[in-house]
Amino acid sequence: MDNTDQLRECVLAAIAHKTPLHIIGGNSKAFYGRATQGEPFHVAKHSGVIHYEPTELVITARCGTPLADIKKLLTEHGQMLAFEPPHFGNTATIGGTVSAGLSGSRRAYTSAVRDVVLGIRLINGQGEVVKFGGEVMKNVAGFDVSRLQVGALGTLGVLLDISLKVLPRPETEITLAFILNEAQALTTMIELGRQNLPLSAMCFESNTLHVRLSGAESALKAAQQRLGGEVLSPIIAKTFWRSLREQQHEFFQGDTPLWRLSLAPATPQPQLSGQWFIDWGGALRWLKTDESAETIFATMQSLSAHACRFRSVLGCEFQPPAEALAKLQRNIKHAFDPHGLFNRGRLYAEW
Amino acid sequence: MLPLPPTANDANLFKIMNYSPHSAEQTSHNMDKGEFLRQLKTQLKADNILSEPEQLRVYECDALSVYQVLPWLVVLPETTEQAQAVLKLCSKYGVPVVVRGAGTGLSGGALPVANGVLLSMAKFNRILAIDPDNRCARVQSGVRNLAVSEATAPYGLYYAPDPSSQLACTIGGNIAENSGGVHCLKYGLTVNNILSIHLLTIDGDLLTLGGAGLDSSGYDLLAIVTGSEGLLGIVVEATLKLLPMPETASTLLAIFTSIEQAGAAVAAIISDGLIPAGLEMMDSLAIQAAEAFIHAGYPVDAAALLLCEMDGMSEQVTEDIARARAIFYAQGASEVRLAETDHERKKLWAGRKATFPAVGRLSPDYYCMDGTIPRKYLADVLLGIADLAAQYGLAVANVFHAGDGNLHPLILYDANKDNDLARVEVLGHKILELCIAVGGTITGEHGVGMEKLNGMCLQFATAELQQFHAVKAAFDARGLLNAGKAIPSLARCAEFGAMHVHHGQLPRPDLERF
Repeated sequence: MDNTDQLRECVLAAIAHKTPLHIIGGNSKAFYGRATQGEPFHVAKHSGVIHYEPTELVITARCGTPLADIKKLLTEHGQMLAFEPPHFGNTATIGGTVSAGLSGSRRAYTSAVRDVVLGIRLINGQGEVVKFGGEVMKNVAGFDVSRLQVGALGTLGVLLDISLKVLPRPETEITLAFILNEAQALTTMIELGRQNLPLSAMCFESNTLHVRLSGAESALKAAQQRLGGEVLSPIIAKTFWRSLREQQHEFFQGDTPLWRLSLAPATPQPQLSGQWFIDWGGALRWLKTDESAETIFATMQSLSAHACRFRSVLGCEFQPPAEALAKLQRNIKHAFDPHGLFNRGRLYAEW
Repeated sequence: MLPLPPTANDANLFKIMNYSPHSAEQTSHNMDKGEFLRQLKTQLKADNILSEPEQLRVYECDALSVYQVLPWLVVLPETTEQAQAVLKLCSKYGVPVVVRGAGTGLSGGALPVANGVLLSMAKFNRILAIDPDNRCARVQSGVRNLAVSEATAPYGLYYAPDPSSQLACTIGGNIAENSGGVHCLKYGLTVNNILSIHLLTIDGDLLTLGGAGLDSSGYDLLAIVTGSEGLLGIVVEATLKLLPMPETASTLLAIFTSIEQAGAAVAAIISDGLIPAGLEMMDSLAIQAAEAFIHAGYPVDAAALLLCEMDGMSEQVTEDIARARAIFYAQGASEVRLAETDHERKKLWAGRKATFPAVGRLSPDYYCMDGTIPRKYLADVLLGIADLAAQYGLAVANVFHAGDGNLHPLILYDANKDNDLARVEVLGHKILELCIAVGGTITGEHGVGMEKLNGMCLQFATAELQQFHAVKAAFDARGLLNAGKAIPSLARCAEFGAMHVHHGQLPRPDLERF
């Protein structure tokens, strides 16, 4: 259902009354981002696929469309969202998925959320409905405002509609398991990453390196012969990757703060205490630790890397930007949301 | 059925298509040139500052050479500190700055402004580091695109974006334009292939956008800067993603007797789940021009041909090529040829890559367009272009990145004939209107520059243009960086819009009239 008018009226009223809004879609990722100030503003009723044409490799949907519905529709046509989005609950919406900007294990080999966003419609902080990008693959008319929304956690406006590039599902997939220690696994991931292989995921945890390959059966067979390893049964493989994507894997259980570290894939394991789960062929490291935020942020800064305290009773916290960059981000926020209405505090404490 | 493009009055269009900077898009200052030069010389070697007219002449245009403006001054800094010093001076005195890489841009993005500094990044030409384990290369912004892949080839790695000017064009220019190439359907555009950049703001602050990893915290400023045409900051360094070189690549040439069949074959390839590394279409005029020039073995009597390249592991490529071949025949191809050797494959591509110069042999001048459309409208749009071309008495050759819907009509003309260029620009404008009418865009990869400012008025509403200006102001409040490019002023759009009175209604009644 198209709720543009109602949503816009709410935003105009919020401007008039200076009421900050806390935008809520399916509320599946409420844990992600800092505590948000403002009146709850439910947008999930703005829902439904507007346009999907498999031969154009594009789907356009309203923000409240359930992620599960989109995935089901694409599967029926042999296509997929190539960034393997985590749901983190049955209520996940496409708007929340794009706003959170989280990509799954395929991220390092096919694409991220930011890579597939082609266009958006948005209510900005002036209460205007504006449209950027479109449904075509290549478009350099105007600044790329669409991609800027990815990971902005709804702080720049109310996402109304989103156009995403989709890809065909691979003909087939296999997952290979190798028993290795952590150092061996990191070395192996570096070596495999430099080869021309149909990789779609590589992760390591508790002495097992998992390598997923996607493509034609003959190619996978040839790759498997080259690499060796134990082939997991399809059902076990599927369950494993889902448990990683949705953080239902036992590594993610417990009360220790969970950190998400984005760094160069060949980086030796940083000198931080705790338990590790390595994804994205080394470029994403999950860390369960009681190390202080200051220590972790400083360590990551020395590696030109970015950390986020992802799940913790202490709340979520993002790597603080350098001063000049902080100023620029504040300017960007002001350019979209001059009254400071949307998701105040969710990204940074000051705004 | 195709929606009809809006009608415009040709006489009025002629007047406004001839480029002149709009008064609302100019930035004035009162700085004395001699004094500015004196201050510059305290920061840069005298050799790196050009102020004599004959020296400035070299920089008066980019690859859209129909437009020429002599810059006030040209500076060629050698270090980030020098570039910072230049920007601080410009910022202090309100002097506009146009940044330039290799000057291969096709939309006039590096066209100088008469009272501004042209900042050439030509001396930022070093590859700083190649990191094969992290599959990335750190380069200065003036490094040539092809030089990256050449330098990383010994490691079995390459940089994927390959704009056709890749021999000459620079990484900084690629980032400013979000350049693509023939492989972008599978491997993405520049924005998908960079990890981080060092950006100088107009105030001379040095920012790092992105990071060593794939994801960063905060807003994705790397995304908004990519493709921003030098309006938001100056890129001095970039870390590029590298990919392992494909084990093998194979190319099919499919020949069609109608444009419609070729268009349907493209859709059939995609809907069968194939993502070719390259999928290019040429129409009959482009085929004839290329064949006469390169002798690639193209069939000169064909209505259209498709070049379809698959790359990856050899087993995968063998399967994909077999599937594609079957699809082409099922869609009515009169012939499908597989390049049997690497030499044959390169020859097929040489014809495609030489289309522009080949067309240049047919005609004294040509004008290259760059619209993107949903693929399904391909045949309709090509037929529409043919109609328009006939109407304006001009010939148009079409090459098309068919995989991603990016169309490059080449309009043939003679600049020495009175009114030819004016007619070309009106025809070009009508073609862009057609692209917008089917849900496409006025530029897929060449950028807006100064060339398509009027087209931007058609594609975006006032609130959207205002949002762009707000983004610009967030980086550059006084509008000094590449002033008057990429985003049209509202005043320009109001005047331009007045040309498009449709059904007696004034478009953009929300705008003040000038």
